[in-house]
Amino acid sequence: MSDTGLVNPESPWGEVWVKFKSHKGALIGGTIFISIILLVLLGPMFWDVDPQRLNIREKNQGISFAHPMGTDQLGRDTFAQVLAGGRVSLAVGFTAMLLSLVLGALIGVLAGYFKWLDGLLMRSTDLFLALPLLPLLLVITMLYRDTLRAAFGPETGIFLLIVFVIGITSWMQTARIVRGDVLAIKEREFVQAAKSVGTGSSRIITRHVLPNILSPIMVSATLGIANAIITESALSFLGLGFPSDFPTWGRLLNDATAFITLSPERVIWPGLAISLTVLSVNYLGDGLRDALDPRQRGR
Amino acid sequence: MLNYTLRRLFFAVPTLLVISFLIFLLLDLAPNDPTGNLPMTIPPEVREKIRISLGLDQAIHIRYIKWLEQFFVSEPLHVLEQWFNISIGDSESRVRVQSWATRSPAFDLIAERMPQTLWVVGMSYVVGILIALPIGVISAYRQYSWFDQVGSFISMVGFSVPTFFTGVLMIVVFSVKLEWLPSIYDTTLEVVDLDSFWLQFKQMIMPVMVLGLFNAAQLSRFMRASMLDNLNQDYVRTARAKGIREKSVVLLHVLRNSLSPVVTVLALGIPTVFGGAIITEQIFRVNGLGQLLIIGIQGADIPLVQTLTFIFAILIVLFNLIADVLYGVLDPRIRYE
Repeated sequence: MSDTGLVNPESPWGEVWVKFKSHKGALIGGTIFISIILLVLLGPMFWDVDPQRLNIREKNQGISFAHPMGTDQLGRDTFAQVLAGGRVSLAVGFTAMLLSLVLGALIGVLAGYFKWLDGLLMRSTDLFLALPLLPLLLVITMLYRDTLRAAFGPETGIFLLIVFVIGITSWMQTARIVRGDVLAIKEREFVQAAKSVGTGSSRIITRHVLPNILSPIMVSATLGIANAIITESALSFLGLGFPSDFPTWGRLLNDATAFITLSPERVIWPGLAISLTVLSVNYLGDGLRDALDPRQRGR
Repeated sequence: MLNYTLRRLFFAVPTLLVISFLIFLLLDLAPNDPTGNLPMTIPPEVREKIRISLGLDQAIHIRYIKWLEQFFVSEPLHVLEQWFNISIGDSESRVRVQSWATRSPAFDLIAERMPQTLWVVGMSYVVGILIALPIGVISAYRQYSWFDQVGSFISMVGFSVPTFFTGVLMIVVFSVKLEWLPSIYDTTLEVVDLDSFWLQFKQMIMPVMVLGLFNAAQLSRFMRASMLDNLNQDYVRTARAKGIREKSVVLLHVLRNSLSPVVTVLALGIPTVFGGAIITEQIFRVNGLGQLLIIGIQGADIPLVQTLTFIFAILIVLFNLIADVLYGVLDPRIRYE
């Protein structure tokens, strides 16, 4: 998007940006979220300590210049581990969100646009909503992780498994919202006009329907990241996520709880990272929802 | 209304059957060996006999139907027999859902664990409601005041911070630093006198508060939104115009009407809270259903895990139904016919 498009209040995206800016929480949330992403991605350039390097002489240390977040029971630097864990947690969050978004949007559009698919797809959505998700997630990761580990290697296998299970268990809300919007847009005049000149279904969906349901999809995307990060951390916290030598925020928190009486400060850093990320993403989603709501537009 | 309820109940049956089949398939197709945890010294032919004794040599649909029969016929009959102290049919040779790890009926294990989970979940819900209702009402009544701003921020924080962090943080503060509360739930404690009641109270504070604060964060958001929807309605202006005191306008007229969507949210949230209890129980070592599930998963105790997961599914379907019916009962504008 060009710069003039951003400040031009006549353009719809410019208006969204103006509204988004006026939502203080969303602006702060967005800034914090982007800073976390940048810190996690670029941090290792400035803090080039190997997160796996053992240094048993410096174990269980508190906060110092050499170790800004202290060290763990094997003398590994917690700051480096939190940075490395953040990369994995955020990668899981983004990939799982993308998967659930694609699934949800696809099912929602199909159900909303094609009447003959509606009943079947929405019944399956209801069915998925009635599944006990956390128990099932635990069961799936436990039962299938050895197979995937053998097939793709320990880290990629677990990554694929966790992204996959989170993705296929969190698309239902998106599908419902998208279906509702598609049902309404399908009856609008511009879609009818496109139909009457003989435009095919796939072209109507990609050219006319999808651009108009972008806002609910974007809101779902932000909330999806938060949900995926929390779920991954919960699985890792329960010991059913990534292996112990492969840090994620949930895993670090889980490892730290074992030493809670010895070095209680250690649990704070990964927990704080998870909480701050999720909080900022939730505020971002709130602001986006308000900014993209057409009922509030054009005051 | 009765018609609608009956119809919904009728449709719940195929839903539950499909879910039960999905859960069964998922666990059954898993590429692991139930005898994998046994010592390596067991010779292969004995291992094969163990598999046959677990019923694994039969076809999958036969095992599924047998499990269904055990779940829906044997177990209810057993409960009836226990309650009324009678025997129905051939109760000696009736097969109940057996846990592989403990060799005891899965439902007996569940019945043992149920009270702890119900106490923690129930108390946390009560605490959540007690905190959320006043906050929601005041936030909506004084919209955009500092109370509303602070309340909204706190509920956003409570909603975003996962329970496994608040729980661990509470342990750090109240058990490690201040040493006020025990970090581990003593499951052998029996409440007999005032002292043991006090101990029980102390060990329940943290698990209940962790879940309760999380519930309160979600509920207060709903409560505030629902109050705001009602505060600008015509009937509120009419009530004020009639000269009714402000207190009764808000607490009788608006609050009562705002509660009906909140009650449905409450009903819908109960299964989620049971799910959240899995994590909380793990943090504080409460021997409830969630911990039983984790033990079952780690020990590859397939019948136990199947049964527990299916019970969670029944809870979800049941409370969805209760929520819909309640909504119709509480709000006469909703007509399902």
